[in-house]
Amino acid sequence: MTVNDPIYKTDALIAENIDAYLETHQHKTMLRFITCGSVDDGKSTLIGRLLYDSKMIFEDQLATLEADSKRVGTQGQEIDFALLVDGLAAEREQGITIDVAYRFFATEKRKFIVADTPGHEQYTRNMVTGASTADLAVILIDARKGMLTQTRRHSYLVKLLGIRHIVLAVNKMDLVDYDQATFDRIVAEYTSFAQSIGIESFTAIPISGFKGDNITGLSDNMPWYTGTALLPHLETVEVDATVEQSQPFRMSVQWVNRPNLDFRGFSGLIASGTVRPGDQIRVLPSGKTSTIARIVSLEGDRDLAVAGESVTLTLADEIDCSRGQVIVAAQAPLEVADQFESTIVWMDEAEMVPGRAYWLKIGTQTVSATIHAPKYEVNVNTQEHLATKTLDLNAIGVANVTTDREIPFAPYAENRDLGGFILIDKMTNRTVAAGMIHFALRRAQNIHWQATDIGRDHHANMKHQKPAVLWLTGLSGSGKSTIANIIEKKLARMNRHTFLLDGDNVRHGLNKDLGFTEADRVENIRRVGEVAKLMTDAGLIVVTAFISPFRSERDMVRGMMQPGEFIEVFVDTPLEVAEGRDVKGLYAKARSGQLKNFTGIDSPYEAPDAAEIRIDTTQISAEEAADLIIARLIP
Amino acid sequence: MTKARRYMTVNSFLTEMLTMSLKSLTHLQRLEAESIHIMREVVAEAENPVMLYSVGKDSAVMLHLAKKAFYPAPPPFPLLHVDTTWKFRDMYALRDKAAKDAGMELLVYQNPEAVEKGINPFDHGSLHTDMWKTEGLKQALDKYGFDVAFGGARRDEEKSRAKERVFSFRSANHRWDPKNQRPELWRLYNARKAKGESVRVFPISNWTELDIWQYIHLEGIEIVPLYFSAPRPTVERDGLILMVDDERFRLNAGEEPVMRSVRFRTLGCYPLTGAVESHATTLPEVIQEMLLTTTSERQGRAIDHDQAASMEKKKQEGYF
Repeated sequence: MTVNDPIYKTDALIAENIDAYLETHQHKTMLRFITCGSVDDGKSTLIGRLLYDSKMIFEDQLATLEADSKRVGTQGQEIDFALLVDGLAAEREQGITIDVAYRFFATEKRKFIVADTPGHEQYTRNMVTGASTADLAVILIDARKGMLTQTRRHSYLVKLLGIRHIVLAVNKMDLVDYDQATFDRIVAEYTSFAQSIGIESFTAIPISGFKGDNITGLSDNMPWYTGTALLPHLETVEVDATVEQSQPFRMSVQWVNRPNLDFRGFSGLIASGTVRPGDQIRVLPSGKTSTIARIVSLEGDRDLAVAGESVTLTLADEIDCSRGQVIVAAQAPLEVADQFESTIVWMDEAEMVPGRAYWLKIGTQTVSATIHAPKYEVNVNTQEHLATKTLDLNAIGVANVTTDREIPFAPYAENRDLGGFILIDKMTNRTVAAGMIHFALRRAQNIHWQATDIGRDHHANMKHQKPAVLWLTGLSGSGKSTIANIIEKKLARMNRHTFLLDGDNVRHGLNKDLGFTEADRVENIRRVGEVAKLMTDAGLIVVTAFISPFRSERDMVRGMMQPGEFIEVFVDTPLEVAEGRDVKGLYAKARSGQLKNFTGIDSPYEAPDAAEIRIDTTQISAEEAADLIIARLIP
Repeated sequence: MTKARRYMTVNSFLTEMLTMSLKSLTHLQRLEAESIHIMREVVAEAENPVMLYSVGKDSAVMLHLAKKAFYPAPPPFPLLHVDTTWKFRDMYALRDKAAKDAGMELLVYQNPEAVEKGINPFDHGSLHTDMWKTEGLKQALDKYGFDVAFGGARRDEEKSRAKERVFSFRSANHRWDPKNQRPELWRLYNARKAKGESVRVFPISNWTELDIWQYIHLEGIEIVPLYFSAPRPTVERDGLILMVDDERFRLNAGEEPVMRSVRFRTLGCYPLTGAVESHATTLPEVIQEMLLTTTSERQGRAIDHDQAASMEKKKQEGYF
């Protein structure tokens, strides 16, 4: 077979009977797959070959390709198929793909969407992204090199993301003289590795993407191979829709459709199972039950809808149901919990900060969540467990996650839509991680909030005051402690019941186990926040003086308090001024390198952008500042 | 009687089969479900979304999907047409009708500076696209304060689009940074953004040209008649067949409009859009021609002829 002879040539049916052709093609199924390989495994060449052989390349593109092949190609005067798929301008110059690209082709039986992801070390993130929507993975091995570290990594990630179908494509067979022994040796080695990481089955195919052997049909060059060629295999492998459909009904409510008072529909994509009018359902987490009344669509009501379809349902009863809740088969409810063990894949340049609150999006729900220190990190090449305190870009680990409210879920292994989540940084809005739930932790279910008879209102009323937290934040030496001290003295004179929590003081006791790393600083503030919260429950006015350099932690504490009780005071002193004062001699130490992670020097201070009060200490005295703050507290 | 009876038996048998066995979704059903899911996600999370509507076949499919996604409510956002004043007359006619049929508000925006300077494809070259489309779009989005704009771009259109996300983030000055896009996993889209930033959302990212045509055929979606062949007044210029759609078309010395049986594979400003000679007057015939053709869809557009990466440059500058 030569490059000029694509076997999937235009179907004769198109010319003869277009209506019959269209009829056939309307019943095509779809397969999404990912190709994984190292830079030199010939991955782009293989995809280019699939596009070419399935007639997805047009003459004008071919002309561009031929010209490009001569100019920058790596195949001499021959067509370099890799150029068809290597994308953005900068990448083309470097000759490597550095992102996830999606390609499309179709044969008579199927439409294919290929996620093309790079194989080199630093891009675990991209491969995980591409694998998250794939039904099948093609793992490429260069026949000359055999199994490499990358092969192990790719296979581990494919297994981790729960892809059930795996093809081991042993490529570049033309360069090993189509030798069966080479192929058999690689397959044997891969088989024992695959078993060790829990891959139950895979299909091995010897190919040459460049020459076109065993791509669309069996090659004469390898008569010893009697299996299926790559494309026919991709066309016939069973798609998993049936697995999802046979599970109980689950649908996350995406949007409540309420055009008028007479209609209330619940829209969403069915994550698993099937649904019919008359089915008994339950809404989680509320647990309310009802019956499906109608499956509404533009073409009229339907009597059946299945997993993978976007639908609008109405219920027989008026029950509370909104975005983020999950409608499930009444007799098979989902588990509901707020603590989970999960695998986390870190995808951001900024490392994970244990204890910090991130947005967690699962299904159609977004909640606030904190990630605990990882139990371990997984070496993706060897699958060894390593001890770690955090996860950085492309690291994969296992950690517990706590959400601020209970969410319905399924383990990821059971259902991708109900067990996969992303984490979003609250400040930058970046998607920083992907997670997969293993199981719920039992701890949360056994500790209930103890309702007490004397409530917070009673405590406050006895003191004739409204509890509040005056949260002073600013650089070291900005004057926080001085101002806080004056505030407390003045309030005491006004017969107010107060308590001052000072940064240095709590580190002598409550937080003496914590250092000054980013993670420890987050935990420091979290504990102070919890203490301040208990004190407001006791009816006190709490004054705090902490550098509290990170916006997200200040916002976290704000979120713990009753609305309006948290008053953020930005003690704004320029670094030069604070450093000039240097009351405790700390700046000098930090500058000379004796003190690490010092705010303003080698650790950032994120100034508030919406503090209730800003004090410019270069303009007013500590006394005046205290009066200003008290005036705001007690108008 | 016997015949009718047997028919009913067969029919109920089929229904029985259908309800007992599991249903395998076709590629178009999966694509439709995905697009609807994306649109609903935007409506649930955006403050002020809009659908960019260019009147072409991709816009037609996108609008149809929006009707399905929100039925029985009308799609809860307006349509925005960033107009250049140089579209085909048939396009303006269908634009107004389609918006009315969908029960949606139609906003038409023309860059006032381009109106004033009389920017046109004959005198101003690439400035025509820059000012009417690229600048016009930015101005319109700023004017109405839209934070999310649906667009009908597809990943199969050309190489740089293959890597485009479904949710594509733009800085406050509408720039696209290919190195700084968010990973998209499963069906989870992160729509959070800072003030001033906006998102372009492409609900039909995963559709190919053939999918679009098949879906239009299957669903009976109304499209601009220009997609079907008819005798039209044309001239041949720089290898393109151009339609003389109104009296503003400047004929060169010696040029005389000739009636040719032509149709269009993509639609834009009429003096910039090349026609193909064709006899396809029905959808199946159009699809047949498309499948038998040997040149790619964008070839009829003058915009990205010069170099393969030109679309990417345009996109960084804010072209949709």
